[in-house]
Amino acid sequence: MKPAPFDYVRAGILAEAHDVLAAEGGDAAVLAGGQSLVPLLSMRMARPKVLLDIMHLAELGGIRIENDAIRVGARARQADLLAWSGLAKHQPLLAQAVPWIGHWQTRARGTVCGSVALADPSAELPLCLLALGGEVTLSSKQGQRRVKADDFFTGLMSTARSDDELIEAASFPCRRPGEGFAFREFARRHGDFAIVACAAVVTEKNVRLAIGGVADRPVVRDFDDPGDDALAAFAADLDARDDLHATADYRRDLVRRLGRITIDEAQACRA
Amino acid sequence: MAWVGQSIERVEDAALLTGRGRYIDDLPVSPGTLHAAVLRSPHPHALIRSIDGSAARAAKGVAAVITAEDVTRLGSPLLAGVRANIECWPIAVGKVRYVGEAVAVVVAADRYLAEDALELIDVEYEPLPITLRPADALKPDSAVLHDGLRGNIASDRSFRYGDPEAAFARAARRVSVKVDYPRNSCTPIETYGLVVDYDPGEDAYDVLATFQGPFSIHAVLARALKVPGNRLRLRMPPDAGGSFGVKQGIFPYIALMGIAARVAGRPVKWIEDRLEHLTASVSATNRLITLEAAVEADGRVTALAWDQVEDVGAHIRAPEPATLYRMHGNLTGAYDIPNVSVRNRVVLTNKTPSGLNRGFGGPQVYYALERLMQRIAVELKLDALDVIRRNLVPSGAFPYRTATGGLLDSGDYPACVAQAAEEGGLAELRERQKQAHGESRLYGIGMTAVVEPSVSNMGYITTVLTPEERRKAGPKNGAQATATIALDPGGAVSVHVSSVPQGQGHRTVVSQVVADALGLKPTDIRVSTDMDTARDAWSIASGNYASRFGPAVCGAVQLAAERIKAKLARAAAAQLNVAADEVEFASGRVRAKRNPDNALPFGRVAAAAHWAPGTLAEDDQAIRETVFWTPPQLTAPTEDDGINSSLCHGFIFDFCGLEVDRVTGAVRIDKYVTMHDCGRVLHPGMVAGQVTGGFAQAVGAALYEEYVYADDGSFISGTLADYLMPTTIEVPAPLILHFESPSPFTPLGAKGVGEGNCMSTPVCIANAVADALGMAELDLPLTPAKLAALIAEAA
Repeated sequence: MKPAPFDYVRAGILAEAHDVLAAEGGDAAVLAGGQSLVPLLSMRMARPKVLLDIMHLAELGGIRIENDAIRVGARARQADLLAWSGLAKHQPLLAQAVPWIGHWQTRARGTVCGSVALADPSAELPLCLLALGGEVTLSSKQGQRRVKADDFFTGLMSTARSDDELIEAASFPCRRPGEGFAFREFARRHGDFAIVACAAVVTEKNVRLAIGGVADRPVVRDFDDPGDDALAAFAADLDARDDLHATADYRRDLVRRLGRITIDEAQACRA
Repeated sequence: MAWVGQSIERVEDAALLTGRGRYIDDLPVSPGTLHAAVLRSPHPHALIRSIDGSAARAAKGVAAVITAEDVTRLGSPLLAGVRANIECWPIAVGKVRYVGEAVAVVVAADRYLAEDALELIDVEYEPLPITLRPADALKPDSAVLHDGLRGNIASDRSFRYGDPEAAFARAARRVSVKVDYPRNSCTPIETYGLVVDYDPGEDAYDVLATFQGPFSIHAVLARALKVPGNRLRLRMPPDAGGSFGVKQGIFPYIALMGIAARVAGRPVKWIEDRLEHLTASVSATNRLITLEAAVEADGRVTALAWDQVEDVGAHIRAPEPATLYRMHGNLTGAYDIPNVSVRNRVVLTNKTPSGLNRGFGGPQVYYALERLMQRIAVELKLDALDVIRRNLVPSGAFPYRTATGGLLDSGDYPACVAQAAEEGGLAELRERQKQAHGESRLYGIGMTAVVEPSVSNMGYITTVLTPEERRKAGPKNGAQATATIALDPGGAVSVHVSSVPQGQGHRTVVSQVVADALGLKPTDIRVSTDMDTARDAWSIASGNYASRFGPAVCGAVQLAAERIKAKLARAAAAQLNVAADEVEFASGRVRAKRNPDNALPFGRVAAAAHWAPGTLAEDDQAIRETVFWTPPQLTAPTEDDGINSSLCHGFIFDFCGLEVDRVTGAVRIDKYVTMHDCGRVLHPGMVAGQVTGGFAQAVGAALYEEYVYADDGSFISGTLADYLMPTTIEVPAPLILHFESPSPFTPLGAKGVGEGNCMSTPVCIANAVADALGMAELDLPLTPAKLAALIAEAA
């Protein structure tokens, strides 16, 4: 379990990172926290020619409020976000969801944008980004662009990021008055990939439920009336699969049951 | 006050807790040592048409590429315990029989380069149909793994004890269970590792390996490497990161890498990685069991009929099929059941070969037996505890000979159960259940009684042979334990035992035993447990398995200490002017019992044989004493297949309350009580550690862990994201209770305690889930998805 040979580049400034990505494209892999990439390297399931370390780019640091959103730079660790003093006040959903990511040790290394970049269908951060209607800031030699979460997650572990682009930041909208939030997840053990993860955002008029762990990517739906039939229809529309840990049937049942509990909690905390 | 029985600080911990442990991968190696990587089969069953290693041989840093051609030329097959016309090699010869089987080895300057070169080896396979499940292996038309066998059944033996037919004919009721016990493993945090050197001048192998015994394997290895035993030096590092039986399974790699070192002409190091470990180390056996009981109206069982189909995977690796026979003497568990029939079949399938694993046969046997007792209670509408109590071996019946030949050494099972129910709060737990049921919650109570065998009889595995075959092979029995105590010229005491601890704290307990015997402090005693077959006293029974340390190894230590003490007492008697039996050892002094002021420092007496042997009678010269001890109760199988498979039999009574979540199907253990009679407790803290550790692994077996093979034979739980072990968050703390009835068969009265919860806990949890859901058939692991489906079915 040793990686295949690769070159390692530690980018000193953002432009250097852009140059490497422009030159190597898909042959480069961006190394941030390394919590997913390094095991993939060791198993030779990822075989980049160049490993581009972005953790020394001063430009990508920090967590701050910008345009009514929490802007999390690419170097920010998941533990940094959890420890950020404004988190529960500005976005309760994240405060509820981040402790479910892996373990204390993996959150101390793993980055927020790294999780967004990997787009694991069970991951909590892509789910929250989608539920909150957030966006991702990408940049390359060609310039910068912003992509809505809805458009960013395009399939199983795939995103709208081009090979020459770097994620600079992910922006999670701050809570607005009248919103209620809840997060629930079920996994075999604490810290495992979610079998089903639910994030609910409710307002006076709307109920929004986002589901992770079931389809090939996180999926969101808005309900006027989230009755049992509507939830069952949502569960049925998700392309649930059997795997080692759970059947598709089981996942659909959990979407209905946990989804209901999550919505009820979000409504209760709004009231 | 005696040191034995106190939870003194572990001498091991100072090093372990400060990062100074000396594990195999920490130890220095000779300059020029090469690193090995193994090419493994992606197919469950395929002919190997060709292997082209030329590109790999030419790759950067590569010293050699080893294939079956080298192994068959320089080695010979690995012996197994059954008489079957099959050959087991440490590498695939001609065909592969499981995913992960070694096909080639690259040795290179480092592990990275070795793995790079693996990708350059070109193997042409011709896939074959597979036999994956044990039920399929029984079918005459199943794909045959080994051409020397007509089918896939390697052994088929039937046994009869008492008069089971008459008991079944007389019985008021018959109750039966069917069990499909899954594959799982107790997973050490440190994987296999070894460094092998070959000396062509002496045709001798020197091996440092994370091997744990039993050293019967040494003989297997010497033969596999085609050298006499004295040319296979096998050493073990000072520290090990767990084993739980699993590191017995390193032995094929010792043979394989021995040949690699010989071919390469340089030492070879190999550290197994986690993917290799999960896929291809060993697992416990999976087993199909049908167990039927002849039952009286009051729940008394008069006969058992066992039918076991043991799946050992693709090869029968020594000491298999020992998993199937280890429990043979106690197939009636903790119960007084006079009539037993047994049919034992051993089958081969396209899965990784099985091997030693904590509990070794106990989890499988007790899962069937204790599910059966619960079903008797349900079907006869009796209280589960009453059914257990009515069948227990009665008080005062010890030593008790079981129907199948086991000799239960000591205990008082009814009193132990009564004490557990009282101290563990069974009545309160039943109240909690009532309350939960009132709230429509799925709450169940499970219980189980088991005997925990320890100190294996080296002869039990020969029960797989017919009496005729056994006569031809000669008797096999016993379990030689060894201990060596040495005194140096300053009178300091050193002890060595060949117990090969894997983290348990053997050095601490040995120091307690010797300190008590010689009137010293444990810190005065230096104990070493790293092992070297070229220098240390050992026997084929040496090693760390079958919970033999407390009862057997510590017993041998006690005998060695007594022997050296007797010599020192005689030597001191002359100087103290008292008779030898008037001499006592206390507070670091050797003194006259009746006049403690008439004393000599221990060190002065202990050094005498170094400095002034001329003043001592030859028999009184104490410098170094080695004791070998084997208990007389461990006799060979009888003509009618009776076998006392183990020396000691601890007793365990467990009960638990748990809830199954209606939303998720997840199990939450509310309370778990485990009562142990492990005889004399030598170190309470370590006993609690053994119980807690075994319990944690048993929670894994019950709720999380399974080595899963897809129908196409691929192995799909090959990472720790797929093979889920419980962590501290998932394992509740059990309430541990004790009942001490010392074993009359061991020098210190101790019985083994290392494996019991791996036997009792999975079925105790399953019985509680069965109680909560009203299910008759229930196979492990009890995953949320599985239980949710059962709840939905029932609704």
